[in-house]
Amino acid sequence: MEGISISEFGSILMMQGFNGLSVFSVLLLMALGLAIIFGQMGVINMAHGEFLTIGAYTTFVFSYLTQTYFPSLMSTYFLFAIVGAFIFAGLVGLLVEWLLIRHLYKRPLDSLLATWGLSLIMQQIFRSTFGAKEVSATLPDWLMGSWQPTDTIDIPLNGLFVMGLTIVLTCLVGLFMYRSRLGLKMRATTQNRVMAGAVGINTAMVDRMTFVLGCGIAGVAGAAFTTIGSTGPTSGSLYIVDAFLTVVFGGAQSLLGTLASAFTIAQTNSTLEFFMTGSMAKVITLLSIIAILMMRPEGLFSIKVRK
Amino acid sequence: MFNVSNLSVSYGQSEVIHGIDFSVRDNEILAIMGRNGMGKTTLFKSLIGILPCKPGASIKLHDTELSQLPSHKRVAHGLAFVPQGRMIFPTLSVLDNIRTGLRTRDGTIPEEIFALFPVLFDMRHRKGGNLSGGQQQQLAIARALVTNPKVLLLDEPTEGIQPSIIKDLARVLKEIRKMRNLAIVVSEQVLSFALDIADRLLVVEKGRIVDEMEREQADMHKLGAYLSV
Repeated sequence: MEGISISEFGSILMMQGFNGLSVFSVLLLMALGLAIIFGQMGVINMAHGEFLTIGAYTTFVFSYLTQTYFPSLMSTYFLFAIVGAFIFAGLVGLLVEWLLIRHLYKRPLDSLLATWGLSLIMQQIFRSTFGAKEVSATLPDWLMGSWQPTDTIDIPLNGLFVMGLTIVLTCLVGLFMYRSRLGLKMRATTQNRVMAGAVGINTAMVDRMTFVLGCGIAGVAGAAFTTIGSTGPTSGSLYIVDAFLTVVFGGAQSLLGTLASAFTIAQTNSTLEFFMTGSMAKVITLLSIIAILMMRPEGLFSIKVRK
Repeated sequence: MFNVSNLSVSYGQSEVIHGIDFSVRDNEILAIMGRNGMGKTTLFKSLIGILPCKPGASIKLHDTELSQLPSHKRVAHGLAFVPQGRMIFPTLSVLDNIRTGLRTRDGTIPEEIFALFPVLFDMRHRKGGNLSGGQQQQLAIARALVTNPKVLLLDEPTEGIQPSIIKDLARVLKEIRKMRNLAIVVSEQVLSFALDIADRLLVVEKGRIVDEMEREQADMHKLGAYLSV
């Protein structure tokens, strides 16, 4: 670290920190959907990463179509692509729930295996449709470039955008869970499925909506992902382990926990990555998470009440 | 009004309820008495649809056959259930707990609920899991009441609740009946409580109804013998 002045070091820390924030954003979007599905329904959805990929490819297709047929709309297409990614990933989620997941609710291990198989199938479908080569959506101009508050600090605009999107979506999900009727039904079903049915909640319907919502959010994560990386058939599966880690570390059923844990994991990882190799950074992150989970098996935030 | 006939329930191969028949009249409070393990809870769970009943059974509310419907549809047709052990949602606030039973869109809880259970209003922002047993019991009843039931099923409401609160509970149940004009089916081991509220008593033993009496003709000795271990 010789030859770096204090102010330069500060800038590096800033920029690495901001990098961490971009990773945090995608991780959080991914984990939000997963936390809803895993926390609320207890289904370990190994194919969750593929829903991110669906969102990313949806964005790519939107970008391609816009560029070919309506080049004048290039500056705004991305906003429609986000909505499209949500809807399309949600619809696929609906189909998957109806065909597969609902038959496996009481069999967690079987659902884990089935969704893993599903993820392989989906990856192959992506490969056959879009080819094994990675593709990138053409970003509108306003997402290019960077913001330079000082000479040494360089913050990319796409990172800022992803962060903004994440904040908005997290707030929306929070509002939905804690202020809407369906959100209340979801929380009740999580706590006691049988009793939720006995107070008049259609739990099968709630499960379906939960799954669709979780997949839709993963789709939005995919749209956000296209702004910071290129999309390949396995793009989503790279995130699945980190996303699960986030959910478990944060404490299932707690949105705040998911937020805090995504932040911790992404920041630790990306700050450490600057000072050592990527894999060492990962090792240290993982070891600390394991140590913390041994002390707090329920995760960072767990709600305490009389049992 | 509420008619159950030929109701049999089994866990796997072993049948626990053997063809029970009974009916509940309009505005009646019916107590189902019996010791532990005689099938009271199993009976209640099959009435609300948590446990399936064997083919040939019939559970009729007015003219609607409920025996094949899932729980939430039975609730929509006018059945409500307060389970043994309350089973409130522990991490939801008291208000949210009650709202889970509401079917209106706006989520306002009828004032009469808080008139019946003033303590729930005082505790409305607490988590359900942090309430005492008696308060949780009131919460479970409130949650069932906002579904506007025609028949309210209560499974051992006095279990684990102190005697002074049990008296309150009896008063509240009678008030509810008067206010809402509904029928109540309650399973019970505490004889004094049952005699206080019920119009009619059934005795369940080993999955069969072995005795039936109006409260006026209730024979304390005979009932006591059924309930003693």
